[in-house]
Amino acid sequence: MRKRSIVPIVYILFLMLPIYWLVAMSFKPTNEILAGFSLFPQTFTLDAYHTIFTDPTWYWGYINSILYVSLNTVISIAVALPAAYAFSRYRFLGDKTLFFWLLTNKMAPIAVFALPFFQLYSAVGLFDTHLAVALAHCIFNIPLAVWILEGFMGGVPKELDETAYVDGYSFPRFFATIFIPTIKAGVGVAAFFCFMFSWVELLLAKTLTAVAAKPIAATMTKTASSAGYELGLLAAAGTLTLIPGAIVIYFVRNYIAKGFAMGRV
Amino acid sequence: MKTENQKAWFFVLPVLLLVAFNALIPMMTVVNYSVQETFGNNQFFWEGLTWFEQILNSERFHNALGRQFLFTGLILIIEVPLGVAIALSMPRKGIGVSVCLVLMSLPMLIPWNVVGAMWNIFALPDIGLLGYTLNHVLGIPYDMTQNPFAAWVTVIAMDVWHWTSLVVLLAYAGLVSIPDAYYQAAKIDGASNWAVFRYIQLPKMKNVLTIAILLRFMDSFNIYTEPFVLTGGGPGNATTFLSIDLVKIALGQFDLGPAAAMSLIYFAITLLVSWLFYTLMNRENLNDYKEIEQ
Repeated sequence: MRKRSIVPIVYILFLMLPIYWLVAMSFKPTNEILAGFSLFPQTFTLDAYHTIFTDPTWYWGYINSILYVSLNTVISIAVALPAAYAFSRYRFLGDKTLFFWLLTNKMAPIAVFALPFFQLYSAVGLFDTHLAVALAHCIFNIPLAVWILEGFMGGVPKELDETAYVDGYSFPRFFATIFIPTIKAGVGVAAFFCFMFSWVELLLAKTLTAVAAKPIAATMTKTASSAGYELGLLAAAGTLTLIPGAIVIYFVRNYIAKGFAMGRV
Repeated sequence: MKTENQKAWFFVLPVLLLVAFNALIPMMTVVNYSVQETFGNNQFFWEGLTWFEQILNSERFHNALGRQFLFTGLILIIEVPLGVAIALSMPRKGIGVSVCLVLMSLPMLIPWNVVGAMWNIFALPDIGLLGYTLNHVLGIPYDMTQNPFAAWVTVIAMDVWHWTSLVVLLAYAGLVSIPDAYYQAAKIDGASNWAVFRYIQLPKMKNVLTIAILLRFMDSFNIYTEPFVLTGGGPGNATTFLSIDLVKIALGQFDLGPAAAMSLIYFAITLLVSWLFYTLMNRENLNDYKEIEQ
């Protein structure tokens, strides 16, 4: 038993090394970073964080990202719930084809869509809004949410639906007060995945925004290229992007393994 | 099992509309560009299949495609066995489980450009932890901006760092679903560790591993942001994968026609391979189902 636990420990150490380096660098002043190698910050400074929390272009980047990610999660889950129910409970014309077609959208290289997306969202007047990014991210998050929820719903016996009807529940009431609470782990996991993929995606978010809804990740690339190479600032901004992810993982930690298996174990 | 009900379409309709809006209209735009030539001013000229021929015959495309398959192949060969090995040695109960799961998921929740930037800082030859250790402690000359091999190693290491946990979590989910009774039975029969793995654990993981391979294939085949931020496709074109090349053509040179044709070919390849996986997966499920029936 003792010997076996070495493998995960070594793996986790490997995962933590680059993260440690990012965090360590965010506390170093720029001249120390450029002067040479040091394993720990010699002069500990919070300058980079101070800049980020006082400069609106920086902290608005975070607010923008969180806004469109939340919006996307809500939209994706809201429309995926009834669809997943239909796929898990009924046979209907073209159901299998439709399911596969949904999944193909997860396979489309995002780079393919960058330019047409820009034109589409400009044409409908949504360019540079949070809604544009939230809707655009639906292309990969809705299929994923449907897939995950369908997996979890498949595990709920059909007798539950039937009993509820016998007891005189209407469909909406059954769905909202019995069915959704039964698969709440699945809803949590699906929401987690939508959050995750919307949070980490940059190409579309960057293409569809200019100023008003610009995501934090785009602010970072701009700094990296324009203001010389302010490594400390970049590292601090990167470090701060780890926090929302860490928080959402904590909430779904008990379901995460099953969730990654899309409810299909 | 399922009942036939055409009204189910109403449940699917919102999803259908939203995805169609995002998928069909941009796809039509791409198809439209792929058969035309433009010189700006919104003037377009019919070109037929010229761009497709040009892309399919161009050495640049062949090279990018080759690099892409090499990258995806290496990723799958490394991440899948590694992920399974780690999942097998993870604790099954206690506080260690949560700690492992949370820490292992962390890399997947970092924005992709931050992953690239983080590895860039990590790999800087003289001031990065990795670069410094290799150059000055181990004495291995390493500079990924100059040496293509070093760039490849770094990109692969970054992806292994980023995504192996996905395989670990999937494999782990398969493993914890195995009832203890199976292991006890194996113990009574005196089965070796290998036999337990081969005849109990691997079959139970088959389903989730197919999902893992499918997801890793799709995402690594479409990879753009991380290598773009890390190496910019260089040195030279050494790490210019399909997506990077595509964005270079579309947004860098603004050659919309060839870029659109390339997009369609690219998408078709992804679709074809994924479809093969998907059918294989469903056929296996069907076989399992038949076994149960008999």
